[in-house]
Amino acid sequence: MRQPELPSVPDAAKVKAANRTDDRLEASLKAIRRQDFKYEQARHLLWRAGFGGTEAQIRYLADLGPEKAVDLLLNYKSADQPWPKEDAFDKDIMRPPTAEEREMVRRAQRSQDEEALARVRLERQRREQQDRRQIAEVQKWWLARMIETANPLEEKMTLFWHGLLATNYRTIENSYHMFLQNQMFRKHAVGSYADLLRALIRDPAMIAYLDNNDSRKNRPNENLARELMELFSLGVGNYTERDIKEGARALTGYTFEDDTFVFQRQNHDTGGKTILGQQGNWDGDDFVRIILAQPACPRYITRRLYHYFVADVPSEERGGDQSLEPAQRSVLRALAGTFSQANYEVKPVLRRLFLSEHFYEPRFMNDQIKSPAQLVVGACRSLNTPTRDLSILNDALDLMGQRLLHPPSVKGWEGGRAWMNTSTFYVRQNILAFLIAGKRPQGYDASAQTQPFDAMALLAPFGADSPEGRGDPQAVATALLRLALGWAPSQGVETLRTHLAARKNVVNSSTVSELLLLITAMPEYQLC
Amino acid sequence: MNTPTPYTRREFLRTGLVMASAAATLPSFLNASALAMHRAAGGLSSIPGVPEEHILVVIQLGGGNDGLNTVVPYFAPEYYKARPGINIPEAQVLKLSGADGVGLHPQMAALREMYDDGLVGVVQGVGYPNPNRSHFKSMDIWHTADTTATGDGWLGRYFDSECCGFGKGESGTADAGASGGPPGIAIGRSAPLAMEGRTIKPVAFESADLFKWSAAEMGKELREGYQALNSRTEGEGQAARANSNASFLLRTALDAQVSSDMIRRAVATRPTTQFPGSDLGRQLSMISSMIGAGLKTRVYYASMGSFDTHAGQGGPQGRHGQLLSQFSQAVRAFYQELKAQGNDQRVMSLAFSEFGRRVGQNQSQGTDHGTAAPMFTFGPMVRRGVIGDHPSLKNLDDGDLKYGIDFRSVYAGVLESWLKADSKAILEGTYQALPVVASAATSPASRVKGR
Repeated sequence: MRQPELPSVPDAAKVKAANRTDDRLEASLKAIRRQDFKYEQARHLLWRAGFGGTEAQIRYLADLGPEKAVDLLLNYKSADQPWPKEDAFDKDIMRPPTAEEREMVRRAQRSQDEEALARVRLERQRREQQDRRQIAEVQKWWLARMIETANPLEEKMTLFWHGLLATNYRTIENSYHMFLQNQMFRKHAVGSYADLLRALIRDPAMIAYLDNNDSRKNRPNENLARELMELFSLGVGNYTERDIKEGARALTGYTFEDDTFVFQRQNHDTGGKTILGQQGNWDGDDFVRIILAQPACPRYITRRLYHYFVADVPSEERGGDQSLEPAQRSVLRALAGTFSQANYEVKPVLRRLFLSEHFYEPRFMNDQIKSPAQLVVGACRSLNTPTRDLSILNDALDLMGQRLLHPPSVKGWEGGRAWMNTSTFYVRQNILAFLIAGKRPQGYDASAQTQPFDAMALLAPFGADSPEGRGDPQAVATALLRLALGWAPSQGVETLRTHLAARKNVVNSSTVSELLLLITAMPEYQLC
Repeated sequence: MNTPTPYTRREFLRTGLVMASAAATLPSFLNASALAMHRAAGGLSSIPGVPEEHILVVIQLGGGNDGLNTVVPYFAPEYYKARPGINIPEAQVLKLSGADGVGLHPQMAALREMYDDGLVGVVQGVGYPNPNRSHFKSMDIWHTADTTATGDGWLGRYFDSECCGFGKGESGTADAGASGGPPGIAIGRSAPLAMEGRTIKPVAFESADLFKWSAAEMGKELREGYQALNSRTEGEGQAARANSNASFLLRTALDAQVSSDMIRRAVATRPTTQFPGSDLGRQLSMISSMIGAGLKTRVYYASMGSFDTHAGQGGPQGRHGQLLSQFSQAVRAFYQELKAQGNDQRVMSLAFSEFGRRVGQNQSQGTDHGTAAPMFTFGPMVRRGVIGDHPSLKNLDDGDLKYGIDFRSVYAGVLESWLKADSKAILEGTYQALPVVASAATSPASRVKGR
């Protein structure tokens, strides 16, 4: 394996940045040149398009060059994963009562048979408890998948769609429907957004979450129609209240039975509707088609992708993309054009973005605040820490504000600086200490012994004859910082060297673990 | 009319601006010294006219407290008929002066004592339209003050719109240490939805020991290294750029250290009052220490659970009574301690549960999820006595009590007359503010604070 680039030759991106007279960005979606795609860029790609990677993975991608590296991440094959299928979870826990059961309840109510009613209530509560246990299993299943997958972008995009097309388990109280929805996001992860939107209006979890199962001809429920335009496709200001009302009529009769979509013709409003200026006897698919024809749609989705993959775009209330720099806005326009031309295929947009000079702008590198999932999954994947206890990791995501399958509202997670406050800051630092050392806030986890962290493995790629392999303090500190942060701040190097000196400059698994405890407690580790 | 006066606002902005201009280059905690001077000059109140000395403590009784066996309607024969096995006989009810036909559960002697001292308000029959019987939903409804149970928390919206020596934070860290403590502190493993604002996030910890870097216990060298890395005032790389996320994180790290030190120091001070050993007692003891240490936190949140008494809840004795006893004794100790500190006048507490329970007992000598129930207010400044009528036990809604007072009216009263905030903006609707504060308490800035 080759040695990492030495930073003796100033790299092109940095020179360019230094020569710039002001702080403006360049609006270039021009492909990054092979010679500019080095360790830092490969690492950046792995973190943003996935959840980070090991030293060996970073070097491998850097060697491939930008085109092959990006294609490797984009063109994954989903089927060859050994993941549990649909039958891994019990789909009957929250099945609705049968006709006989409903009749039994009615009889009990009529005869005021309190005992029978109490039994029904108790059974209901038992099932709800069982379902809450199952949703925790689904969360852990997904978390494990993020940590272990060979297709990081697939999980990263699944998380993107989950945050954009948000459904909260707590509202629908059906873990199996949440699981099915998650599989739907995965299936369409980098596929066609148009297909995804058509699947979405047939998704039991979403239908229940936004009350479309209660939407009938003479009393349409506007919830799904509203969010479909406001949050899932167009953004505020690109439709009217009338469009919502008419769109809601188009969606009447879109509901589900058990776990599958059904179209109830008798509940569907077949009358004429005018949606976004188009007249006809529209149904849900027509509604989606009309939405997709709006220029606001590709703009909105690419803006959200940009926020997720590149740099914070303020929410609508805070100015939206108007507060971005002109260069960023022109990049967004170009990406929206690509999205449109590709008939809403996601892959071409991501490919263009991940290959662009803009994506690797020095100002964007190492300045995105990791989501809690990114933080935890990224630490496992890039530092090769033991996973220790999925329940604890899952719990920590909750404490850090990203409870999977429970986004706080239909708006999903705001992301960016909203993740951070003094409470979550400690949870973030402490879950990393847990992964590295098995250190719990009070005392140690049993896994500290049973799942030891092989910290020395991080230095192995450098070879036994390298300064890192020989244990040169400066080289070790620099290498670990570069892997964990993407660069080596002098303040970090100094502190690590002081620490190592206090350990008589012995480089072994125990001292390297300690160095990693310090590195992961640096504010910079919260960034990627 | 209860929002701060323009003068106050200007004062506030001026103070804020000084800090903001310094904050562009300096970490926010370095400004704490400026604030400390301010504090020294003006006593506890660092910003004239802003009633920051008013503190609200919310006590959540989780699981659905049986209101009928808490504030017992011994006037109503229907009560005794509906609960043959678990009622409180009239002779054992702790009567409340000035209240006809209702009184407290016999295990609540501590609260009755407080009541006699004028420290308790009982708001009867509190609920909301179309009651939801799911613990989670109903709790979310109470937390969001919204019957669809969506949106930010009501206290979070209060922080966002009014807070707290920081104004609208540039980001999520307006809870920084510079003002002398975060605006909201919840005792518990996670912050309650009620306190989650859009910009301002509460601090939550089960015990103050957990509000720090856990690996600090692994050795002095690690501790020192950690401190060096998390107390940096000047960053390199991205952190050298003022608006970068990296520089924002350096400030967050500093703020977290300051908050952590401050809170852990505060909690380390033992109260002079002997608190009961219950979990609520422990929580209120911590809160009293933080109040005593002069943290400028405006809202504290404590909670106890296990009120979901479906089976064997007991009557005058038994499980429910034990819970009420723990609750009462913890609150009494809390106010004893606050009084010893000289802070009792500054602190109002509000106790609620997500719903009451059904009027009739079930087959298991317990009660199932119901609707309206009483709330409690505590403190020398609350409007004492019983507020509102007890819900009728004749005119039921499918075996459930009909509410008389919307809980958001109680919130509105607390916001308007205690926290001096605009309840319409915060509750996103107009609710008649229930007078929960004694009328003399409405102009706190004019009172002389004795410490």
